[in-house]
Amino acid sequence: MVRVIVDGTPVDVPPDFSALQACEAAGKEIPRFCYHERLSVAGNCRMCLVQVARAPKPVASCGFPVSEGMEILTDTEVVRRARRAVMEFLLINHPLDCPICDQGGECDLQDQAYGYGTGISRYHEAKRAVTDKDIGPLVKTVMTRCIQCTRCVRFTTEVAGTPELGMVFRGENAEITTYVEKALTSELSGNLIDVCPVGALTSKPAAFHGRSWEYKKTDSIDVMDAVGTNIQVHARSGEVMRIVPRVNDEVNEEWLSDKGRFSIDGLKRRRLDRPWVRVHGKLVEASWQDAFVALARRLDGVAGYQIGAVAGDLCDAESLCALKDLMAALGSPNVDCRQDNAWYDLTSREGYLFNSGITGIGEADVLLLVGTHPRHEAPVLNARIRKRFLAAGRGHFPIGMIGQPPTDPTYDVTVLGDGPEALGALQAGGSEFAEAFRKAKRPMIILGHGALTRPDAAGIYAACQTLLSQGEAVAEGWQGLNILHTAASRVAGLDLGLVPGLRGRSASGMLRGGVDILWLLGADEFPVDKIGTETFVVYQGHHGDAAAARADIILPGAAYTEKPGTYVNTEGRVQRSFRAVFPPGEAREDWRILRAFSEVLGKTLPYDTLEAVRERMAAINPVFRQGGGGLQPAAQIAGQGTSAPAAAASVSAPEGRVEAGAFRPVVRDYYLTNAISRASPTMAECSRVYGPAAAVAAE
Amino acid sequence: MNTQQAQPDSFVFDSASEAEIVVALSKYPPERKASAVMPLLYIAQRQMGRLTGSAWVPVVAMDEIARRLGMAAIRVYEVASFYTMFNTKPVGRYHLQVCTTTPCWLRGSDDVVAACKRATGITAFGETSADGQFTLTQVECLGACSNAPILQVDDDYYEDMDGPRTVALIESLRKGERPPAGPTINRSGSAPEGGRKTLMDPVHSISENK
Repeated sequence: MVRVIVDGTPVDVPPDFSALQACEAAGKEIPRFCYHERLSVAGNCRMCLVQVARAPKPVASCGFPVSEGMEILTDTEVVRRARRAVMEFLLINHPLDCPICDQGGECDLQDQAYGYGTGISRYHEAKRAVTDKDIGPLVKTVMTRCIQCTRCVRFTTEVAGTPELGMVFRGENAEITTYVEKALTSELSGNLIDVCPVGALTSKPAAFHGRSWEYKKTDSIDVMDAVGTNIQVHARSGEVMRIVPRVNDEVNEEWLSDKGRFSIDGLKRRRLDRPWVRVHGKLVEASWQDAFVALARRLDGVAGYQIGAVAGDLCDAESLCALKDLMAALGSPNVDCRQDNAWYDLTSREGYLFNSGITGIGEADVLLLVGTHPRHEAPVLNARIRKRFLAAGRGHFPIGMIGQPPTDPTYDVTVLGDGPEALGALQAGGSEFAEAFRKAKRPMIILGHGALTRPDAAGIYAACQTLLSQGEAVAEGWQGLNILHTAASRVAGLDLGLVPGLRGRSASGMLRGGVDILWLLGADEFPVDKIGTETFVVYQGHHGDAAAARADIILPGAAYTEKPGTYVNTEGRVQRSFRAVFPPGEAREDWRILRAFSEVLGKTLPYDTLEAVRERMAAINPVFRQGGGGLQPAAQIAGQGTSAPAAAASVSAPEGRVEAGAFRPVVRDYYLTNAISRASPTMAECSRVYGPAAAVAAE
Repeated sequence: MNTQQAQPDSFVFDSASEAEIVVALSKYPPERKASAVMPLLYIAQRQMGRLTGSAWVPVVAMDEIARRLGMAAIRVYEVASFYTMFNTKPVGRYHLQVCTTTPCWLRGSDDVVAACKRATGITAFGETSADGQFTLTQVECLGACSNAPILQVDDDYYEDMDGPRTVALIESLRKGERPPAGPTINRSGSAPEGGRKTLMDPVHSISENK
C-alpha cells in the first residue's frame, strides 16, 4: 500500500492505483469523460486534471500513478480554472441540441458542464459538423455530438473483441467511424450506448421514445442466456421502455448482451393476453374459468403416467416448482426441463454447473471449449474469456476448441478437431495444447450443449473428466469442468428436480407421443410438428410462438419482466428479479396459474403467497433458501456441494463411449433464440443484417 | 467521407513491392510486425503510382496490409488517414504540394499557388485537374524554410519558387520531363544565392591555410 494525501486527508491505496482512483478512494469526485474503470486509460479528455504538489502544472489524474507521500489537491483555484477551460474546449464543437438528444438527463457532458463548466458562452465561431455513421440496427449515431473520448473505440477493441471502430483523420477533422461503412458485428454493441458519455451513440430502436427521469426502474435478471446478467428494467406507464445492465462484478461486470437489451419490443408483440380453448379444431377465446373447467374435464380419468410436462427456457423457478408439484399431484412422473434433450450428470450439483464460476475464468491458465461457441451462447461470459486472454498476454492463456467456431471467437483459439474424437487425441497427449493442459494449475473445460445434446454426451463428459484428472499440477480445490447452459431456467429446473421420475418419460419421449396430455410451460424450442396429432397440448406461456399455435388450451402467462422470479444462472447463482410491469390483459403469473388450476382439480397446491412458494422451493433444494435477491452478490452462490434432490439422483450417469461426428452449433441464429426475441422486430432486423442468411448472402 | 468512391476491387503487391516488404518487415521482431504498417502503406502507395499513375492507397490495399500484419483493418485506416502523406483518395500523376505556412507565405507562396491553379486549371486545394495529371494540395511546413517557398512534387522539393518558375515547372512536367529537384535559382542547397557571401577574407580560405 502507498500512502497519498488527498486534499489533506491521508489515504492508503495499492501501488498500481492512479491518482484518480486514489481520489475516489478518498471520497473525492473527479470529473472524467475518457476514463472508464473497465477500459484502458487514454488520457485524452483532460477533464480529470488535479494538482499534485510540486508538479509544475495540473496533471491528468487518470493516467498519473500514485507514489508514496504524494499530495493531491482536487479543489483548488488552479484545478477549478483548468476544469472550466477543458470544459470550454470540449464544448467548442458540441451542438446545443440537448432538448432533442436522447442522452439528455443522463448525459455526463450535461452534468459536468453544469458542475464544472463556466456559466457563460464565448463561442462566436461556427461549429464543425460530422457526418452520422450507419453502424447497424442497434446503435444510432449523432457524430457531431462526439467529444472523441474514444471509449467506444476502446470498448470494441478490448472488451467486445471486434475492432471495427476507430478514430480516423486528425485534428479538427478527427472522427469516430468504421471508415468503411458497415454494421458492428459485436453481440455486445449495445454497451456502446452506456459507455458513450454523450449523446453520440444512443439506442436506435428507442430513439425519441422517452426520457431517463420518466422511467420506473426495477431490478431484474436477464433470461436471454444462462449467465444471469443483472439488469434494470426501465418502464413507463406499464410498458418496458428499455433494459440496462446493473453492475455485478461476479456476473456481468457492467455489460449486457444485445439480445438482452434490445429484445424488449418483443414483449409487446404476439402476446397471449387471454385464455384460448380449441373448439372443433379452432382456437376460441375463453375465460379463465372456462379454460380451467375444459382442461379439468379433459384431465378427468386420465392416468398420471399419460400426462407429461415440459418446461421451457425462460421460466422462473417459482413456476417450475409449481409445475413439478402439480404433476406430482396428478401422479405423473413425466416432467422435464430439458426440451433440447441435453444429458447431465445429475448425481450431484457439480454435474450440471459452471463450477469454476464466472470469475474463475480470470484465474484459469488454460481453457478447452468443447461443443460450445460462447460468443453466441453467452456473449457476456465470452467477454470474460477475452479479458483473461488479453490479461495473460500473448500465448500465455492457450485456448483450445473442439468444434468449428461459426464466427471469430474474439480470441485466438487452436481448433483441435470437429468432434469428440479430438478428446481422445488430447488424452493421448503429444500436441502442444495437450502438454499445456496437462501441466496447467487451473485447467478449465467449458462443455457446451453442442456436446451435451448428442447421444454420446455421457461419454464426452466422462472423457472431459478423464482429461482433467490427467492434469499433473491441478491446484487444490480447483474445479475445472464447466457446463455452459444456454437456457436461463435450466439450472433452476435441475435444482428443483424437473427431470423424469421413476419410469418417467423424457422430453423427447413425451413429444414423440408418449403421453396423452402434454403441458408445455413456455416450451417452444423443439420441432412442434413432432407432437402427435392425438396428443392434447396445454400451452402455458407468454408468446404466441410455434407451440401456442399447436395448443388445444392456451393459458396466458407472464414474461420475465412481469413477475417476481428466482433464476439460477449457469454457475448455480440464485438471483431474484422483481416485477417491472403487469402482464397484459388476462395473463397472470405462471405459478399462480398452476396454483389456481390445482384448486379446480381439487388438488390444491400448498402455497398461496410468493413467500410460501419460495419456502417450498427451499424445502426441495436448500440452495434456494439463501438466494436473497439480486443485490447481495456475496451471498448468492448458494449450496455448492449440496446434493441434488432425490428425483434427480434417480437418473444415473451412464458410462458411454464417444462417437465420431462434428459438433453442431448450439445457436444457429444468435438474435432469434426464444419466443421473445422471435417476436421482436429489432431482433428480426439484426438477424437480417447479421444472421446466417446475411452471412450466406455475403459470400 | 464517402470511402466507396472509385475504390478498386482488388489489390496485389507486385514483385518489386514484395522485395521492399521483406526489407521493411526485417526491421521489426515478428511478433511486433504491426510496426511495419507505415512502410507498407508507403510501398502500396508507390506501387499504385508506378502501376496506375496515381499514388494513393485504396481500402483493399489497407485490408491486405492489415491481413499481412495481423492487425485490425480499422487500425490501418486510422494510420493511413492520420498522416497527410498517405493519399486515401486518388491523386493526379503529379501531386503538387504547396507549403503555405508562414515562412513560405511571406516569401510568396500565394504566387506559387496562383501559378499552379493557372497552369493546371485547378480552382481549389484538393482538386485534380481535368486531364487527371495534377492534384494540388496545401501542406503545412515542409521544413525547408531557408529555401521558401517550396513546391513539393510527389517526393521532390522544388525550392525558391516563384510564379513564372512554377508555371515553367508544370509545363515541363506536363511534357513528361522531371527537372532536377532543389533550388530553382542560382544557389547550392541553402547556400547564398550566387555563391559565398561571407568569410571572403583570404585567411579564411581553406585552400590557402593548407
